[in-house]
Amino acid sequence: MAKHTLIALMEDKPGVLNRVASLFRRRQFNIESLTVGHSETPGISRMTIVVDADHAGIEQVEKQLYKLINVTQVSDVSHQPTVIRELALIKVYATASTRAEIMQLVDIFRAKVVDVAAESLTIEITGPESKVDSLMNLLRPFGIKEMVRTGRVAMVRGSNGMSQATGRQIN
Amino acid sequence: MKLNGARIVWESLVREGVEVVFGISGGAVLPLYHALPEYPIHHVLIRHEHAAAHAADGYARATGKVGVCLATSGPGATNLVTGIATAYMDSSPVVAITGQVATPFIGKDAFQEVDITGITLPITKHNYLVTDIRDLAMTIKEAFYIARTGRPGPVLIDIAKDVQTAELDYEEPPEVSLPGYQPFPATDFRQIQQAACLINQAEAPLILAGHGVILAGAEAELRQLAEKAHIPVVTTLLGISALPETHPLCLGMGGMHGEAYANKALQQADLLLNLGSRFDDRLTGAVGAFAPRAKIIQVDIDAAEIGKNVRSDLPIVGDVREVLQTLLPMVKEASHPAWLEQIHEWRRESASRDILDQETDELIPQYVIRQIWHATGGQAIMVSDVGQNQMWEAQYFLHDKPRSLISSGGLGTMGFALPASIGVQMGCPDQMVWTTAGDGGFQMTIQELATVVQEKLPLKIAILNNGYLGMVRQWQQFFFEGRYSGSVLLGPDFAKVAEAYGIPGITVTEKAQVVSAIEQALEIDGPVLIDFHIASEENVYPMVAPGAAIHDMIRRPLPV
Repeated sequence: MAKHTLIALMEDKPGVLNRVASLFRRRQFNIESLTVGHSETPGISRMTIVVDADHAGIEQVEKQLYKLINVTQVSDVSHQPTVIRELALIKVYATASTRAEIMQLVDIFRAKVVDVAAESLTIEITGPESKVDSLMNLLRPFGIKEMVRTGRVAMVRGSNGMSQATGRQIN
Repeated sequence: MKLNGARIVWESLVREGVEVVFGISGGAVLPLYHALPEYPIHHVLIRHEHAAAHAADGYARATGKVGVCLATSGPGATNLVTGIATAYMDSSPVVAITGQVATPFIGKDAFQEVDITGITLPITKHNYLVTDIRDLAMTIKEAFYIARTGRPGPVLIDIAKDVQTAELDYEEPPEVSLPGYQPFPATDFRQIQQAACLINQAEAPLILAGHGVILAGAEAELRQLAEKAHIPVVTTLLGISALPETHPLCLGMGGMHGEAYANKALQQADLLLNLGSRFDDRLTGAVGAFAPRAKIIQVDIDAAEIGKNVRSDLPIVGDVREVLQTLLPMVKEASHPAWLEQIHEWRRESASRDILDQETDELIPQYVIRQIWHATGGQAIMVSDVGQNQMWEAQYFLHDKPRSLISSGGLGTMGFALPASIGVQMGCPDQMVWTTAGDGGFQMTIQELATVVQEKLPLKIAILNNGYLGMVRQWQQFFFEGRYSGSVLLGPDFAKVAEAYGIPGITVTEKAQVVSAIEQALEIDGPVLIDFHIASEENVYPMVAPGAAIHDMIRRPLPV
């Protein structure tokens, strides 16, 4: 089993997210993370799905996704040079004595403080999951009150766009 | 022209060539029923929505056209579910139309509201909820297109009641354009060339013919290929009739209750050409031990079937008929004498165990089926139920005519036969249709006898009555210490039940009465029911235990 990153384009119609989620549940595939939002084309949504599966499993996921009428394109980008990002908001305990130390960490990670309160700082960080994980680990001793992560979004490097690749890969 | 939603539905159905729909009315489809008499569509008032879905499915399987069923919201819609799932598993083109509560009530748990698009999500090829009359005509057009193209399957359209009553200037919708749906895959020519190479080199080649051959209408091409290179053909249950079963190269059905020689051939072949079968577990047995010596070529129109269950050495995604048409000229004539002689020898060994050659006065089901075959000259369309009766039918009726076996394969839905027969007979009014069912399955949809009478359908119904849920009993005998828990079944006097509906009923208790009862049934101009009281603990042989390899068969004990 290994983590695979799939990018799927689909028509922005009611129930499409449900169709995708239902497919994963029904075929017993594990979703590690799933993000969805608009793509560059009006009416087309873009999903980044991280799946834990072996080679045969990931092939099935792709083919089953293609069978959904609303899905227009699927691509496994796991073995391509890819920009991978995740965004996290972390609310961490901060007192007068720890604030400076935390701000220093924020700087090192090129993260941002987006809210300051009497006893806390809210930090925004963007980057690959490993970078988010590292900052989380360093902040944990201060006490994390709340945390939210978006899950992975991905884009293949280079000048070709996803929707420029035409036709389906079938076998 | 100004039309309300209900009329747009019927107008669209007429344009799709629909001649018959199977359904039951109710609150959320009243506008549809109100408009129905204005259109040239025959409505079959069925007695239970479950049966409406099976009838539409039977119609579709027998004719190759899209079958249509209709139900109201809530319980009407949920009753369709088993029938829709049956059609989905067997790739049958069905369009199911359901009424939904009016749009302001959706999501409010209104009376007879159910989320039928949510419920049927994993058992439909696609489904729609229509809440805007402007989407209605296009949705119906898309639904029919999706149902019948590519790998066929059921599509459900849920139409809110206020959409049915809203009005719109109707215009014929434009051509279907679905960017995410490409039902006609471009087949890779090189892969077909490679397939021809493998076929030409093989010493012990075998074709596995599945439902896809029939769905693609590739029976003639299959026969040409088999005859040209002398390749024997094993079929799946739903592949039966892809090649005439009396053809010398046809080995009949393989798998759990397949012929022993068919299973041996699967296990000994050095090349297996799978045409439109999805390698169901009932066919393959233990997949790790399936066809161990064979290179496997898999032809399927659905790319997701490639390698799903069994390894595929050479996948070809495409329509079976088109692939065979390209392949045929590249295949060299061959004769494979040693391989065919080996199969012939296995066949002789199997024949020596055939129960029909053993002296018995018992009323055995195999004899009943074989006598129906004799009496009908093999020309009947057989619609079988599920369980032992289904396997006996598959084994002892030799299907020479394409689409002459209609049965629930993938889902194994008991109660399928009678309602599906109604659809088959509606679609093929000039053909003789026989329903075979066990006493268990028949009682699940027995109410449809009323529909048979109402539509004046000349169905011949044979009940193989053993007073058990027979296949369950057989499994309990083999694998559960012979404890017949929950499988002993009380039934009514079926002949009397038939009579009560106005259908002549015949009860047969002796082997000697079988032939005359069948002849009597054939002489009656209209429906007949024959209740055959068969030997109660007769088993289906051979049998592959679940999880075993398919050459590891439980055989009929030899006569002492």
